[in-house]
Amino acid sequence: MSQKKPEKLIDENDIRLDGRKFNEMRPTKIEVGILANADGSAYIEQGKNKILAAVYGPRETHPKHLALPDRALLRSRYHMAPFSVQERKSPAPSRRELELSKVIRESLEPSIFTEYYPRTSIDLFIEVLQADGGTRCAGITVASVALADAGIPMRDLISACAAGKVEGRLVLDLTDVEDKAGEADMPLAYQPSANAITLLQMDGMLTGEEFEQAVNLAMEGCKQVSQIQKDALRAKYTVAKEGEGEKEETEEGEEE
Amino acid sequence: MPVFYERRQLVTPGDLLAENDYVPGENTHKENGKIYATRVGLVNYEDKRVYVVALKSFYEPLIGDTVIGKVVEVTLGGWVTDIRAPYLAMLRASDALERPFKPQKDDLPSLFDVGDLLIAKIVAYDRTRDPLLTVLERGMGKITRGQIMEITPAKIPRVIGKQGSMVTMIKQETGCQITIGQNGRILISGKSPEDERLAVMAIRKIEQEAHTTGLTDRVTEMLKKEKGNKEVKENVTEETGKTD
Amino acid sequence: MASKVRQKRIAQLISHEKRLDGRELTDYREVQLETGLIERAEGSARVRLGKTEVLVGVKFEMGEPFPDTPNEGVLTVNAELVPLASPTFEPGPPDERSIELARVVDRGIRESKAIATDELVIEPGKKVFVVFVDVYVLNHDGNLIDASSLAALAALLNTKMFNYEVKEGEVKIKPGYKPLPIRNYPIAVTLAKFNDKLVVDPGLDEEEVMDARLTITVEKDGKICAIQKGGYGHFTAEQVVEASKIARQKSEEQRKLVVKE
Repeated sequence: MSQKKPEKLIDENDIRLDGRKFNEMRPTKIEVGILANADGSAYIEQGKNKILAAVYGPRETHPKHLALPDRALLRSRYHMAPFSVQERKSPAPSRRELELSKVIRESLEPSIFTEYYPRTSIDLFIEVLQADGGTRCAGITVASVALADAGIPMRDLISACAAGKVEGRLVLDLTDVEDKAGEADMPLAYQPSANAITLLQMDGMLTGEEFEQAVNLAMEGCKQVSQIQKDALRAKYTVAKEGEGEKEETEEGEEE
Repeated sequence: MPVFYERRQLVTPGDLLAENDYVPGENTHKENGKIYATRVGLVNYEDKRVYVVALKSFYEPLIGDTVIGKVVEVTLGGWVTDIRAPYLAMLRASDALERPFKPQKDDLPSLFDVGDLLIAKIVAYDRTRDPLLTVLERGMGKITRGQIMEITPAKIPRVIGKQGSMVTMIKQETGCQITIGQNGRILISGKSPEDERLAVMAIRKIEQEAHTTGLTDRVTEMLKKEKGNKEVKENVTEETGKTD
Repeated sequence: MASKVRQKRIAQLISHEKRLDGRELTDYREVQLETGLIERAEGSARVRLGKTEVLVGVKFEMGEPFPDTPNEGVLTVNAELVPLASPTFEPGPPDERSIELARVVDRGIRESKAIATDELVIEPGKKVFVVFVDVYVLNHDGNLIDASSLAALAALLNTKMFNYEVKEGEVKIKPGYKPLPIRNYPIAVTLAKFNDKLVVDPGLDEEEVMDARLTITVEKDGKICAIQKGGYGHFTAEQVVEASKIARQKSEEQRKLVVKE
């Protein structure tokens, strides 16, 4: 039971199937601190992607022998729910999920001050509840926010976005259909304050010049994502700030 | 002047706060002459120092801190204690008994058992080992009455107030004994559950409004108002809110 | 694991654009290639890249095609970090390292369409050839990806399929062999980053010190068909673009070792 490939992915006006231009990201919304038990958590909706991230830690490492003497051990698990994709996926971790868990961990660890908490572990869980292409990028984006929500000190938030090639044109933030039918997909994760790329993968075919353009396009997307992350964190803590002004407040007239 | 935010603005990790001759304070780090926030919080500039008051953080043990811990395991030589930190803390028998520990005679669980809450002090802590506790000081030891509240450790200074002004006021208004653990646990022990509830309410309000000004007065006013209402409801049974 | 002193020395040398074994920053170690050494396999090759040693065997089976590609044969790549290859390899199910290795090698072959999978159909929609590429790491001295990719390509070029005909829905083997149809020659080039320096083909001791690695797989016309960043450090955009240029250049040299024009 596979999806029928659509006739054209980009029309004569350079508009994609979902109405976007080549350099437009899908509408993205992030909520912070939505799970009660986790030390930090966040939820992202990006187009049809729905992904949850939760952080436990820093906490004692179990099993103890895995603990590192000089820093915290970051463990991450990227997992897709069986109902997240068109054809039900077995709950057992697939090779793809194991590879993604690894590259996601490697994309986030540079930003965390793991050296502050030797012998502990920081456990990160990314659960894809619904998938529509670009889940590892959305996963990194929401995981970074969850880490900030957990109060874990970081050099920066990591934002991620994929660029790719569809029907001969370079585009930003590919959907599943675009990824499957397109010529190349290139997920990239970025640490803005250090101008650092912490995740980079590609499958497909790109010339050298296309590759360079795709990198720049993806980085532009990441900068947009970064703003969305910051806004989400500010929104969570600004609710608490309601009613505050810039000046000294007077006592009377305060509503409970 | 190379600063990029106004005082008390909300910043997120990676935000560039200041440059060059500024000194990085709490929850910031300096790299290549630039100072960035490392946590979500309110930025502040004091002389040449820039720091962030974190709105969300966890407790990091500090030698000398008073903490409220929960025993999670009794071992041969002491008690493993959860102090809401990345590390479990250890209370050795020698730091709990006023006389030398005799393994054959002393039955550790009868002194403190799994699940018991303790007021303790951190006496040792470094990068290579878990924090060590002692209960051999006045006011320390097993908690036998009252209720425990948990709040974000970052807000504890606000609950204490300048030179203890806030907590002293709450004690006066509610008649409760209040012991504050730096690790975000607070023991409230009053003459009645109703008195304790007032104290809990006050502390919750502080937690939510910790970043605002004029808080002490607003909390005082709230307590006075609640106590006024209480007199009216004196003869009615009511459910008290439960806290940990 | 190399001592701290040695690690410091390696980092120092590289910052002065020198390497411990005397190589230039963009030099590969010496490659020794041998093919056809496992007769039981339909194709095989062994690559020694410096002291890193990888053996790849190719085997065929007949099976069903994937539902969304009914007229194509199937490729599956597996990698094993055999415990004897390194003190850090333990017996057990594939861990994330071996899975990453297999998937990166797979990506290069698959995305470059190196194997003409449309010529592996026995009965359209029903029966196709399944090509198993098994990567067997025998000694780990760094840069398993490039060594494995090279060996996999050599093994595929070495692979022979038996002649057959389909009679009454049954596959009948005929005498003689033909080579597995190969249309592209993907070459993986891995660079390691040390601060602002990029180094090709990191040895094991260099891998222990590097910030991160970037593998760029290049197909025969110079297009990039797979990229994989690994390790805990990062690259700048400029470094990534520079790496791609170095990779495209080096891939041409490495390809000559495997593909005799």
